[in-house]
Amino acid sequence: MEEVKPQLLKITFDGIEVEVEPGTTIMQAARKIAEADDSQGHLVPPAMCYYKPLPVSGGKCRACLVRVSAGSAKDPRPMPKLVPSCITQVQDGMVVENTTNPAVLDTRKSIVEFLLINHPLDCPICDQAGECHLQDFAFEHGSVKTRYEEERRTFDKIDIGPHVQLHMTRCILCYRCVYTADQITEGRVHGVMNRGDASEISTYIEKAIDNDFSGNVIDVCPVGALTDKTFRFKNRVWFTKPEDAHRDCDKCCGKVTLWYRGDEVIRVTARKNTWGEVNDFICNTCRFEKKQTSDWVLDGPTKVKRSSVISANKYRKDLVAKPDFALKLAATQFKPIDDSRPYTTDEETIRHQSIENNDKANHRSLLANNN
Amino acid sequence: MARKILTEHINVPGIETFDVYRKQGGYTAVEKAIKTMTPEEVVEEAKKSGVRGRGGAGFPMGMKWGFLAKPEGVPRYLVCNADESEPGTFKDHHLMKCIPHLLIEGMIISSFALGANKSFIYVRGELMYVIRILEKAIAEAKAQGFLGKNILGSGYDLELVVQPGGGAYICGEETALLESLEGKRGNPRNKPPFPAVKGLYQSPTVVNNVESISNMPWIINNGGDAYATIGIGRSTGTKLISASGHIQKPGVYEIELGVSVEEFLNSDEYCGGVRKGHYLKALVAGGSSVPILPANLITKTAAGEDRLMTYESLSDGGFATGTMLGSGGFIVFDETACIVRNTWNFSRFYHHESCGQCSPCREGTGWMEKVLHRIEHGHGSMHDIDLLVDISKKIEGNTICPLGDAAAWPVASAIRHFRDEFVWHITHPQEATQPGAVYMGEMALV
Repeated sequence: MEEVKPQLLKITFDGIEVEVEPGTTIMQAARKIAEADDSQGHLVPPAMCYYKPLPVSGGKCRACLVRVSAGSAKDPRPMPKLVPSCITQVQDGMVVENTTNPAVLDTRKSIVEFLLINHPLDCPICDQAGECHLQDFAFEHGSVKTRYEEERRTFDKIDIGPHVQLHMTRCILCYRCVYTADQITEGRVHGVMNRGDASEISTYIEKAIDNDFSGNVIDVCPVGALTDKTFRFKNRVWFTKPEDAHRDCDKCCGKVTLWYRGDEVIRVTARKNTWGEVNDFICNTCRFEKKQTSDWVLDGPTKVKRSSVISANKYRKDLVAKPDFALKLAATQFKPIDDSRPYTTDEETIRHQSIENNDKANHRSLLANNN
Repeated sequence: MARKILTEHINVPGIETFDVYRKQGGYTAVEKAIKTMTPEEVVEEAKKSGVRGRGGAGFPMGMKWGFLAKPEGVPRYLVCNADESEPGTFKDHHLMKCIPHLLIEGMIISSFALGANKSFIYVRGELMYVIRILEKAIAEAKAQGFLGKNILGSGYDLELVVQPGGGAYICGEETALLESLEGKRGNPRNKPPFPAVKGLYQSPTVVNNVESISNMPWIINNGGDAYATIGIGRSTGTKLISASGHIQKPGVYEIELGVSVEEFLNSDEYCGGVRKGHYLKALVAGGSSVPILPANLITKTAAGEDRLMTYESLSDGGFATGTMLGSGGFIVFDETACIVRNTWNFSRFYHHESCGQCSPCREGTGWMEKVLHRIEHGHGSMHDIDLLVDISKKIEGNTICPLGDAAAWPVASAIRHFRDEFVWHITHPQEATQPGAVYMGEMALV
């Protein structure tokens, strides 16, 4: 029998039409647009809690809220509230507004503010800095100042298992690690305790997660709340060099990314896709114990998104050699704003503002240091 | 005397026992429904009655029942939401404590209508003695053949389970209640799918409030049309109002929807007026979640019409000049009440009860509470007022469940109607922080 192909649904996302299969979420449709055309990457709603490999994740952080201005071709009424794009399935004829709707951008700005009011902002000493989703999110959508004057909530650091440290103060309660732990263990060993802004990720009375795949909670964590104890304070991620590698592992797929400092492997993680999501979970043996190049077969340098700070030192060797590297890098990254253009993207606007208004002092000090 | 549906026999001695309840005409509705009616006919009666959900949202109960998915081979569930924890609302507690068989009778009829063979009553954990009363009543009904296998020889089976909650306000939200009932952490679910499609144990489920279900015996005995004649317009039937605050006679009153607010507040049959020597300052008409109204907008709407105790009349004028009937928690404030302190108190409650799942509510409720605490304790500044309005706007509508809205509305409405008082707290920190100090200036007008 011939296989019946499902009817494709046509939706309009920020004015771009795309055809997707039934059951696709708005977020996946947006990612499809970006994967087809690299220049449309900024259209994809940010995801702080949604994680495609974890089927029940999503809908919590509200960072990806979008306006549905027409529900479907059959029922073209707009949806009354903003909807989370990561869990809302598309309907045929749906019209979605993301970056084209000021209310969506305004809400997103407030979500950054909400996520940051209890965040310690200790990026200078945080191992996640440079590959932190919250950093990216705040840079792209946040405002420069905070309106929060009160004390922030704090927690003590907890060791969960021999390899993982939990720094709850930084947590944004995305529940990704909880769902990961649910997937890899039989019983419930890792969950959320307490309520409201006092809630915390916990393994209940500091019990260790004893599982071969427990290290994956580090990879899924969007912030620096769960960190690799073998890597803590070893290096800034943007000074390390990622290389894809594999080995014959009897527990997992064995496909990893090795993070080098010089010739030394200082960290092993799973491979991640464009959206920062792990392709295949890896076991603790690969992650924590195999830290020699001789353990691995190298597959070549990892492809890193152009916008990532991790790529900064690796792919611009011509600039690194010169003393005024930072300024030159900045000059290539910060495009001058052309006022005659009718439309600027938000990223450009924010960069423009930050240069014009807030970072003048920084630029001056940078100049002084380089001269 | 106004007509009473729920509380007609509530003062009969021994009404909590099966025999006395039966003598007052109890369980005749079950007999009528199961012996002479089909489940579809019962649902039809509920639709005709126009009874609206009494838990707060006011969604028509018959319509909700109509949405229930009925796939083959999948069990359906009815869950009674008795997790009443809204500040200012205590009607379900009163009803279950005094006349438990009314709820059980309603549960049997409703379960029969929906085709549920196992139904749950999720009772707030603090009300342990009510749970014992309910369990005793269920055992009595079971002994008399109204529950269990083959009810009244009809071949219909029903098991009724009373489940104590863990004591969280959020578990009164229907999907959080279902999660809690399944033994999980009481976090609200993302909707869709709605419980009518995927509810308890991923099966179609209807969640109804105690008071809504307790109306069913009367509707079956007298017909949905008779019920619809009570009340005004789309607000049909009677409603229990929990009156509290600075009034002569606090308590639970059953009113016919359509009584004017002025009559309810001042008549001796109900609240008996504001306490002697004082006058009305503000009023919360439907539990702490709904917007607070100043005295001048309570008895008359902005258009100058009499405000009635109905869903429509109370929400007349939207949130600018109106409020909501909500769950019927009628809280009265006289001029000795400090609105800033009260708003802080409400806000503290929502901060404490937020489940912490989605970011606007988790962080926003705490932030609002801290800012209000600052203003109340004389450390506020003028931009704090606009900050509060902005935070409440950013929470409202952006959360998974309505708790975010419920936290935002009291703050936004208090500032909308009583901005002067907030300003006074900021400009006169010395006076405002004196014990019992209240702003006595001219009441804020719209």
